[in-house]
Amino acid sequence: MSGGLYSMDSQDFDKTLDLTKIKPYGDTMNDGKVQLSFTLPVSCGPEAIESAKQLLKAMGLDNPQVVFYRELTPGFTFFNCYGSLLHTVDFTSIRVPKVESTVMDMHQVDEYIKENIGRKLVMVGASTGTDAHTVGIDAIMNMKGYAGHYGLERYDMIEALNMGSQVLNEDIIAKAMEMNADAILVSQTVTQKDVHIKNCVEFIEMMEAEGLRERMIVICGGPRITHELARELGFDAGFGINTYAEDVASFVAQEYVRRHK
Amino acid sequence: MTESKLGLDFGKVHYAKNVARDIAGQVQEFVEHYTTVAVERTLCRLMGIDGIDKNGVPLPNVLTDALKDNGMLSAGALHFLGNAMIHTGMTPGDIAVAVSEGKLEVRKVPVSDPQKILHALKPFMDKSIARIREKRARRENYLNTIGEGPRPYLYVIVATGNIYEDVVQAQAAARQGADIIAVIRTTGQSLLDYVPYGATTEGFGGTYATQENFRIMRSALDQVSEEVGRYIRLCNYCSGLCMPEIAVMGALEGLDVMLNDALYGILFRDINMQRTLVDQYFSRIINGFAGVIINTGEDNYLTTADAYDEAHTVLASDLINEQLALMAGLPEEQMGLGHAFEMDPAMENAFLYELAQARMTREIFPDAPLKYMPPTKFMTGNIFRGHIQDALFNLAGIWTGQGIQLLGMPTEAIHTPFMSDRYLSIENANYIFTSFRNIGDEVEFKEGGIIRKRAAEVLQNAVALLEKLKNEGLFTALEKGYFADVKRPKNGGKGLSGVTEKSESYMNPFIELLKGNK
Repeated sequence: MSGGLYSMDSQDFDKTLDLTKIKPYGDTMNDGKVQLSFTLPVSCGPEAIESAKQLLKAMGLDNPQVVFYRELTPGFTFFNCYGSLLHTVDFTSIRVPKVESTVMDMHQVDEYIKENIGRKLVMVGASTGTDAHTVGIDAIMNMKGYAGHYGLERYDMIEALNMGSQVLNEDIIAKAMEMNADAILVSQTVTQKDVHIKNCVEFIEMMEAEGLRERMIVICGGPRITHELARELGFDAGFGINTYAEDVASFVAQEYVRRHK
Repeated sequence: MTESKLGLDFGKVHYAKNVARDIAGQVQEFVEHYTTVAVERTLCRLMGIDGIDKNGVPLPNVLTDALKDNGMLSAGALHFLGNAMIHTGMTPGDIAVAVSEGKLEVRKVPVSDPQKILHALKPFMDKSIARIREKRARRENYLNTIGEGPRPYLYVIVATGNIYEDVVQAQAAARQGADIIAVIRTTGQSLLDYVPYGATTEGFGGTYATQENFRIMRSALDQVSEEVGRYIRLCNYCSGLCMPEIAVMGALEGLDVMLNDALYGILFRDINMQRTLVDQYFSRIINGFAGVIINTGEDNYLTTADAYDEAHTVLASDLINEQLALMAGLPEEQMGLGHAFEMDPAMENAFLYELAQARMTREIFPDAPLKYMPPTKFMTGNIFRGHIQDALFNLAGIWTGQGIQLLGMPTEAIHTPFMSDRYLSIENANYIFTSFRNIGDEVEFKEGGIIRKRAAEVLQNAVALLEKLKNEGLFTALEKGYFADVKRPKNGGKGLSGVTEKSESYMNPFIELLKGNK
């Protein structure tokens, strides 16, 4: 069943890497190996397994293999599958919008702000809308930070206020005005049924209505947020997984300087 | 607990419980002088008031708001209802409708003698108490006939937003081996100051808690319990602004487990502390009477604060929650005190510390069906490592004799569980629980070793914190951010406007009838 040494698959494909036509890698260049699992809403049986294989083929997977299946409850069957992907992408033509700033560490950010701005930057953040998850905004803002990356509260040259969770858009905007904030940090963890999109759009519309959109740097973050999505929604930047306080701080500081040159 | 596998100093545990009792006593002294709009709506429901007005506002809200607007809340809903029943001869339900239609002005109802009021209320009080007893007897009958799964109970969540889809997921989970099904509430429900009405099919990240949804799910679980030959418990959430109301709805529909923790609401939902501590007292009286296991939310402290450094805050809070529950007549056997497996997996010996803390919690609360929460903070989207983290969590759970194991999902931090995620998690737990069933009886921890030292350290730190809390009071402690690194002002947060001091004529005979009874 498995690939590699015991593979019964044909091995007569081109094994040289061509960046204009990349595909997944199992253990041999261009073998195209993909693993995936899913549930079909049908009872277990030969027809269910065949359906799974045909779906794999429809996804562009050659040599589809169902390696495990189990009926989860009457009428629902779970599959673990492998196959070799036929599709390729041209890696050389891929363009992804990225946050255009140099990432500095905490001390460098503090130094940068001291030298280039000469006062503390004020940042207000919250998990907004109905979202009750504070884990993201806490990781960025709280003193302790996350995984060894100190939060914004620890930066000497940043005055950071974390308003917590389930903060209404109007409340975070009001607080930002009251504190004369330089940046607003919006955290969105719950993304079921695109609830975060609606909330973010509303936030940007309110910022525009208040005439604050250009005055303040607005940032969105969360596990499902990308810079591209954030830009589309009207934010200045988006920070997703594996980004930390220094990514946010570096961006805000440099963006502030760029705008006030 | 006759002997400790950890060499725990039970003299110190005894002392800690005494200090926690003093702290809880200070809170209780405050609580007894106040009522809230949620408590009064609960009493409306206990008198049989249900349904909504023409604008969709629940009738318990209509009536309670009318009393509040007329400055009559401090005497309580029962005082008014008794008087109105004597005056009009109508039932409480009809009185609420009459108020909602503007046919009865609450101010114009003459006041009768308290004995007469109680006499008028009694048949309706008896009826709701009988219904709660009947639901409790139903559960006990199931437990005595078809029985239940061994502990730790396997607890999984369903969260589709649609109660009918939840039923499909819940029944599937029961067939796969789950013992408790929790229907996660829609995001934001904890901040609604009313309970929606009827069956619901729309929600975000969860499904509205409504009495009809409770009934639909409990009935589906009765069906699947009989099918699998094992009683499947239903869990919901009486936290937030409608704490006692949801408790009574659960009691009337035979729910089995309820999240019920004021401290959680204060810290993580910014609910006003006065409001929710008053609400919690009555909700725990109801949960105690209904035989409902409460779950407390200490595990959440470790999602914001560090799991190693702040472990003692969890223990201190568990000790306070235990005393607050006892003061509401809720027995130890119904206390699902919360703690969690949340240490950074990259930390050396993290599993040893987790084991020490889980065993320590077990020994300090020997009769409580402890609620043990899986890793969430360090679940990254790497579902493969996540599955192993959950396996270690399951190992700690079976080893230390936890009561309720909230199964972690490999897809934690990605999406609400798929049917297959639940299957994989239950398979994981069953494999480890079966394989390690009696490990706890076989292993003792080395004197002077890492595990014993860790348990002693956490206990010592919890005692020190409790002593500080006793001097400063729980309210001040919350204002200073002693728990979860979160600070909450006594007069801030949501729901404070719904708190009222009880007047001389205030009455709530349910406290006496239900507290500590069955």
